[in-house]
Amino acid sequence: MKWLLLCFLLLAVPAYAVQPDEILGDARLEQRARDLSTGFRCLVCQNQSIDESDAPLARDLRILIRERLTKGDSDSQIRDFVVARYGEFVLLKPRLSARTAILWATPFLIILAGFAVILRRRKLSGVPAESALSAEEQKALRDLSS
Amino acid sequence: MIAEIGHFALILALAVAAFQTLVPLIGAERGHGQMIASAVPATLLQLILVYVAFAALTHAYLISDFSVQNVFENSHSAKPLLYKISGVWGNHEGSMLLWVFILASFGGAVAVFGDNLPPTLKARVLAVQGAIGFAFLLFIVVASNPFARLNPVPIEGNGLNPVLQDPALAFHPPFLYAGYVGLSVAFSFAIAALIDGKVDAAWARWVRPWTLAAWMFLTIGISMGSWWAYYELGWGGWWFWDPVENASFMPWLVATALLHSAIVVEKRNALKVWTVLLSILAFSLSLLGTFLVRSGVLTSVHAFAVDPARGVFILGILCFFIGGALTLFAWRAPALKAGGFFSPISREGGLVLNNLFLCAACASVLIGTLYPLALETVTGEKISVGPPYFNLTFGPIMLPLLLLVPIGAQLSWKRADLFAALQRLWAAAALAVGLGVLVLIATERGPWLAPFGMALGAWLIFGSLADLANRIALFSAPLPTSLSRLAGLPRSSLGMTSAHAGLGLMIIGIIAISLWKVEHIVAMKPGERADVGSYTVQFVGEAPLTGENYTGRAGRFRLFRGEREVATVVSEKREFKPAGTPTTEVGLYQTLAGDVYVVMGDRTADGARVVRLYFNPLVSLIWLGALIMFLGGALSLTDRRYRVGAPKRKLTAAGVPAE
Repeated sequence: MKWLLLCFLLLAVPAYAVQPDEILGDARLEQRARDLSTGFRCLVCQNQSIDESDAPLARDLRILIRERLTKGDSDSQIRDFVVARYGEFVLLKPRLSARTAILWATPFLIILAGFAVILRRRKLSGVPAESALSAEEQKALRDLSS
Repeated sequence: MIAEIGHFALILALAVAAFQTLVPLIGAERGHGQMIASAVPATLLQLILVYVAFAALTHAYLISDFSVQNVFENSHSAKPLLYKISGVWGNHEGSMLLWVFILASFGGAVAVFGDNLPPTLKARVLAVQGAIGFAFLLFIVVASNPFARLNPVPIEGNGLNPVLQDPALAFHPPFLYAGYVGLSVAFSFAIAALIDGKVDAAWARWVRPWTLAAWMFLTIGISMGSWWAYYELGWGGWWFWDPVENASFMPWLVATALLHSAIVVEKRNALKVWTVLLSILAFSLSLLGTFLVRSGVLTSVHAFAVDPARGVFILGILCFFIGGALTLFAWRAPALKAGGFFSPISREGGLVLNNLFLCAACASVLIGTLYPLALETVTGEKISVGPPYFNLTFGPIMLPLLLLVPIGAQLSWKRADLFAALQRLWAAAALAVGLGVLVLIATERGPWLAPFGMALGAWLIFGSLADLANRIALFSAPLPTSLSRLAGLPRSSLGMTSAHAGLGLMIIGIIAISLWKVEHIVAMKPGERADVGSYTVQFVGEAPLTGENYTGRAGRFRLFRGEREVATVVSEKREFKPAGTPTTEVGLYQTLAGDVYVVMGDRTADGARVVRLYFNPLVSLIWLGALIMFLGGALSLTDRRYRVGAPKRKLTAAGVPAE
């Protein structure tokens, strides 16, 4: 959170994120604009999307997205356009590629590996899941219960 | 003079910590009684010295002694008393001193309350605590001296970051650090057990209350931080998946796993090796969190390179303790005897799944936080990992875990009857599904996740209540019998019930604010009205504002429900002395059903104010849930078995020959 703060403090005049004059008349387009802009990183802040950011650069980008939307661009066209301008760094949700495969796969691989280890251990130790009583124990049990 | 006393006390504490590490360790190895016994006085002496240093720095802040550089940089004479005190840890040097202060406190607590520990084990635990203390004291003395003087002495200080001047944030770091550092005790116990070559039920019973206490502090510390972010930052958000937040969340996840696995060791003498590993990992993640936050490596790889001395030092400490502990683990863990067997469908089996999912969830947070850093270091390529990533990995991993919580709590040890367990939960399941269907009907076209999320939260709450009802035979036995059974229930079981129910409340709050938040951004002139949720907000007007160390503007807003006025809230824009740093105070009207959240923004060209209005449904349940989880931990901590102490170990382990 400190980094959010830092970004917040660097700006002498905080103007909160999306301004009324930016909002599009068409509610559906506006919703798409909001969804898109929560996925782009504000480049002059730390870990903040352009939707939340007060920076002028973020505002320019928000307006640009809305202009493109009203021109009829699709979400992926806009995303490609922004990435072409600012690089992959701008995407808060990194696209799946050879570079990010480890990032996306690791959490789920850990679960699979965990299950594998649990199953293997059970096999190795030959868990006596239904361990029957030995003859001696059976006798002891009979003695006890008689 | 007092600052010099503080500095001197730190150096003495460093020397005492060295003694506290070496002498008891060697003593325990050789069975030398006096050397073993020296652990307690050394720990207490270190504690006193660190307290003296901490008191000296606090004193400098209280009297605004600007000849101390740290005070000059982070305080101001006009600051309210509370923030003079919290200023002590609101900066790098002071927060490291707080870290050591809390570490020494935990060491002291083990020394004082650890009467029932076998002397060698206690000596080793205190020695490891001493080693950690030594490393961080060395760091403070060499690279991070909070007592450095300034000459000439400035007349006025620079002031504390105004956003930090808030009651919730004043006490957020101490709680969070108490959680981080509290995990050092579990770590020390794990190392001592590895040296000892013995982990048994008694060990687990000693470790668990310390872990529980640390977990409680972490829970409260993290939720205070998120509560602060919610009402102070003014974005209506409460969790940002910010690296600094993640740094505190990872130890919490692993500590939660550890709490559960330690039960298995205690009750069934199984999962011992795993529990030792978790104890090491939990504190390792605390160290990692300290490193990430304190080294500046998160801002960028370059910020780290600008002031490498501190970062490299903490990285060194990190590598030494994590690497050393894991090496010791690899060497000694095979010697630990495996414990009792259990069938996959059993309480143990359920807790294994709990651990697996929690660790995978923690791994997703860890890799999401560190991957961009690693990739940039290796390939120079920059990518961002933001909230969408965590929602897509962390979320799906937690989902099955949450679904399984009520079922796991119903399973019996060793071998359980799944069908019977489910049978005891049918009413809870019916209520949860019923709620889901109600939500589905009420929000026809709303997000599909909402009915499911609400049902999930209800499942946790009703599942916990069903468990409680079963235990006390509510409905099947006469009421007085049930009540007397309730009084006789172990507090740890009540603690579990409340913690799980609190988690359910929290889930409902999280789902509600994530999916149903209403936002309205509008330019308003005095007298104008705007709708948000089922409320109407009227901008009354604004007035100038003067506080102890700030000036600003206060905007008043009247809230209506229909035509009935329910409240007036004030949102402020403040400018803090001395630099004129601006902050915003949110106008907040809270009800259990949801908060109306009003933020006054900038003035527009035609003289109106930009106002951001939010309706955040059920959001207080997030922190209410966290509070109930905390109280559940507290209940569990007062369980009889911790008060009467651990069972005595067999004589061979307890009796230590004197020399």
